[in-house]
Formats: sequence, structure tokens, C-alpha cells
Amino acid sequence: MYDYPDITGHFGQFGGIYMAETLIPAVEELRVQYLRYRDDPEFKAEFAYELKHYVGRPSPIYHAKNWSDRLGGAQIYLKREDLNHTGAHKINNAIGQALLARRMGKKRVIAETGAGMHGVATATVAARYGMECIVYMGAEDIQRQSPNVYRMKLLGATVVPVTSGSRTLKDACNEAIRDWVTNVESTFYIFGTAAGPHPYPMMVRDFQCVIGNEAKIQMPEMIGRQPDAVIACVGGGSNAIGLFYPYIDVPDVQIIGVEAGGHGVESGMHAAPLTANCPVGVLHGNKVNLVQDENGQIKETHSISAGLDYPGVGPEHCWLKDIGRAQYVAINDDEAMSAFHDLCRFEGIIPALESSHALAHAAKIAPGMSKDKVLLVNLSGRGDKDINTVARLSGITL
Amino acid sequence: MSRIQGTFEKLKQQQRRALIPFFTAGDPSPSVTVPLMHALASSGADVIELGVPFSDPMADGPTIQRASERALKQGMSLRGVLDLVAEFRRTNDATPVVLMGYGNPIEAMGWAKFAQRCADVGVDGVLTVDFPPEESSEAFEHLQRHGIDPIFLLAPTTEEARIRQVAKLARGYVYYVSLKGVTGSGSIDLSAIEQKLPQLRQHIKLPIGVGFGIRDAATATAVARLCDGVVVGSRIVQEIENSNEANVIDHVSALIKELRLAVDQA
Repeated sequence: MYDYPDITGHFGQFGGIYMAETLIPAVEELRVQYLRYRDDPEFKAEFAYELKHYVGRPSPIYHAKNWSDRLGGAQIYLKREDLNHTGAHKINNAIGQALLARRMGKKRVIAETGAGMHGVATATVAARYGMECIVYMGAEDIQRQSPNVYRMKLLGATVVPVTSGSRTLKDACNEAIRDWVTNVESTFYIFGTAAGPHPYPMMVRDFQCVIGNEAKIQMPEMIGRQPDAVIACVGGGSNAIGLFYPYIDVPDVQIIGVEAGGHGVESGMHAAPLTANCPVGVLHGNKVNLVQDENGQIKETHSISAGLDYPGVGPEHCWLKDIGRAQYVAINDDEAMSAFHDLCRFEGIIPALESSHALAHAAKIAPGMSKDKVLLVNLSGRGDKDINTVARLSGITL
Repeated sequence: MSRIQGTFEKLKQQQRRALIPFFTAGDPSPSVTVPLMHALASSGADVIELGVPFSDPMADGPTIQRASERALKQGMSLRGVLDLVAEFRRTNDATPVVLMGYGNPIEAMGWAKFAQRCADVGVDGVLTVDFPPEESSEAFEHLQRHGIDPIFLLAPTTEEARIRQVAKLARGYVYYVSLKGVTGSGSIDLSAIEQKLPQLRQHIKLPIGVGFGIRDAATATAVARLCDGVVVGSRIVQEIENSNEANVIDHVSALIKELRLAVDQA
């Protein structure tokens, strides 16, 4: 029986609580409060209610039959997280953490965001629960995800552009941590992915597990059995761990995480620390595989998708790779773009560029599999936010 | 007796407090770092905290972030910092040097090799901002084997049980972060420090240095009255930022002398 993390927040050598002293008591308080509420019937009931009536869960599973037929092999099924309120899986976690924040008496929430989906989800729950909301976003990401920036503002959040470092997700994390250390007593940091100091990787996983728990019920209803493989994109890896975790103890189901290969892992311009076998290091509160140079400086990553453009990855993914339970692969920018267009044209679904990486890997392996095999891909978000990027890459001005 | 311990004992006999300046190695350029260290020592610094630049300095405000960026642009690395300390030690065997930074560059080098190199070049203490005691057992083992003092931070938010835990592990001195925030931010709250220190003293038998928010002679004097050492970082880095290579030594020396007088007035 798989049972991680251990009591100190470690998944083997990964994870932990690598934070500055000022924040250690805050992280410890969060751990205690989370453990207190995670099994509390009233908390669970409120979370379930919000997921059902506010988010619109359960999200359906859809058989992408046209696309599967064209590919000529395994059948591709999509877990439709893109149909959630706010358009991605991020809302599951944002609600869970906001409900916890309320119980902890915190009236100000902060978040980092890359593609903007977690920022939108946080701004949304802050509006819903009447909290002040500050979202840190890299200046580069503000450029490429401008529709989401305006959405956050409409929802009443303050979006703070981050101009330090590579001006992307990791720098937004740095800035959010700086805010938290300054406002530790009043502020709850709604962290967007299954990474960071303990208990975040565990807590975010638990809130996102609804994805895999639903799929485990839905797949037998649809096809009479579980899929042969579950596939999800991995930046920090919250949508992936949400789908994977309930399947860890189901040995016949293959687990495949898809990282952002950027210009190609061999080019060095990627965001694929697991596929590239990057050395283990410490960033943003946890020990994980990190894209870094030989001196331990974090390197700039590259991905077409802002949500995957991150040098680290959640500690549980590092561990699942280490113990051989999950496999991690990379999909390049152009492969993701191709899957993006295919899903638009053949299924009438505009996928997020992040999710397009998982789709592209399914498209890559499906033709080599027999038609009775089933791949379940997490369609973690919708692609409306990406149309400017896609148009620009296609040479079109909107 | 370690250099740090010796320094504090001497100061205690003289009934003086330590002045502990910080700056980032390689800022404004690697060639200035060793001359700056000598200037600090001759202007009255008792311990030098030398920042190891890191790409993602999460606990630092804009001033030290920019210093890290300048240093990294100049090619500064942990290896480079250790080489600079070796150079400094050729003509200064007395002033303790503490490396301060984030854990990842050390993880990349490996703690065993790092601790060995520290001992070889004459580093006296190591402070890794993002390695709390809970995650420091490997680091602690290697540092201790080579007689390098692990310096720990305590914060206004640190509770009694953790103070006891740090008291067991810490060597050299303990660095009390006087305010909630990043380096260089906010203004110091003297009464809050005054209230917290007795609780720290109850468990910490080592000297206690106080830093964060000390920006001028007046605050340096006031803080020195409360503790054993005054750490000044962003103010010095700001002085470096506002100087050029020709006048940086003079400017920083003048600032240190002023702070030295202020600390000695306590």
C-alpha cells in the first residue's frame, strides 16, 4: 500500500520543508490545521458541495472517437477538466485551500500564476468568499496570457507583474514567498501546484484527487474497466497527481507524465527536469529534480506553455519516477501545437497548450497500440487563454 | 577555539558588541570582493558575512536581489566564492568569514566536498537561509566534521520549542531576524526585539546577532544595546550599488567606520 509522504513531508529523498525560518511556523500551522480539517465531515461536505454546485463536478469523460479513428490505434478518452468553472482543474485546489483559509481566519490570500489559470481560480474563490486577493505573475507571462490578466482584474484581484529573473512562473513564486514572509500573520498562500514545502504537495494532491477518484468510477461505467494508461501534463504536476494518485495502487494501469520538451530536451531549452534527468536540488521549499547549471543556479526554462514553464516539478512525481511507478516523457513545442490543432479540428475542443502536451503524447503512442486499448488523457484546461499565442505562432494578428 | 568563538570572547572581555557586515561576493565585480573584505576588516568589522549569489533569492528584497544578479552576470559561483575566501586568508588569518546564501549551490557541489573546501580555504561558518534545522542533518554532519560553525536564523515567529532545537544545533552565533519580511524591508521595531530577546537568551547560550532593518548609526547603536552583534546587509549593498569601482572601497570603508563608532557607543 502506497503511503506517502512520511510524517516529515518527504517522499523518499524528495519534498521536505526548505523554507526560511520566518515562514516555518506558518507552514507548521498550515500542516496542523490541514490535518485537523481534512477528515472533518463538515469541511468535507462543504468542499463536496462547492465542487458539485460551483465548479460543476463531476467533470465528464469524453471518448475522442474521431481523433482516435484517425490515429488508428488505441482509443483516447478525455477527462474534461476544461469544463470546470474557470476552465481548468486549478479551481479544485483553490476552493480547498480557500475553505481552509477561512477556517484559519485569514482574510487575505496570495497566489503565484504562470498561465494565469491558478490566478483566475484564486481570484474567483476570493471573490466568492470575500477575501482580498493578490496574484503574482511574471511580466513575460502577463504578455502571453493577457486575457487571463483581465479576468483576474474583473474578479477583483490585484495582479502584480514580476520583473525579476526570467519573469515567469518561478519568479512569481519567489515574489509570492516574499509577500508571505512579510505578511505571514494575515495571509494565506494559495499555492497552485503539488510542490512547495510540506504540507502543500500532499494537500494540493488531496484536493486534486477528485479527478482520479471520479475517473475510477466513470471509466468502468463507460467501458467496463479501467484504462490501460492515464496520461497528464506535468509542470509542477497538480493535474497529473490528481489523476495519478488514485491509480497508484492499481497495478495494471500505466501512469505517464508528460513534461514540456520546449525546443527539445537535447537542446537544453526545455522544462522537463524528470525526462532530462536533471540533478536533485532545493527550490521553493522542496527538494526535487531541477533544471539547473553545474553551479546550482536555476536555469531559465523554455516552453510554449506558460503553465509548464517551470524548472522544478512536484516531489511526488520525482518519487513516482524513482520507484518506477510512473514514466515521464517530454513533448516538444511543435508536437504540442499539432495536437492542439487536431483536437480543435477533429473533436471541436480547444485545449490548453499545457494539456496539449498530454494529448500529443497520446497521439504519439496510440497508433502503435491495438484498437481495444484505452488511454485516458487529462484535458486539464481549455485553450481560450492561448488563442493569442497560437495566432501569433501561426503568423496571424487578432 | 574557532575564529568566531574567539572573536566574540575577545569582544566580551572588552565589553563591546560585534559589527557584522554583509555583502554579496562578486558584486560589483569579483576583483573587488577581496579588497572589500580587507576594507571591512580594517574599518572595524568583527565578522564578515559573505553572500553567495543565487538565481532565486526568495528571502531577499530588491537590493540584495540586484546584487545577486550583478554577481551572477560576472560569473560568480560558489566555487568562485571559496577561491575568493582563500585569497582573503592569505593576508588575513583573524577575521571570521561566514558564507550566507541558499542551499542549492551547496547541494549541487555536495555537502562533503563543500565542507572540506570551507575548511581548506578558511571559512568559519555557514548560513543557509532555506535550510531549517529539520532539513539540516546532512549539512550539519559534514560541517561539524570539518569544524565549520552552522549559523541558524531565528525569527519573530519562532516559538519556544524551535528555539530549543536551534540552541542544540547552532554553533558560533545565532542570527535573529528582527522583522517579518525580506532583507532591506521595513523599519526596525526595537521594543519587539527587546521583548523577544529574553526568551531567546533563556535557551541560546551563544552570542546573538540581530539583523534586518538596520540602516543607520542610530539604529545600530540602539540594536547593539540589546544584543551581542549587529548585522548590516542591505545598507552596505546599497552603498556598493551607488558607487563605482574606483570609489566603492572608500565609500564602504566610511560607512563601516561610522557603524563601528555607533556600535561602540552602545
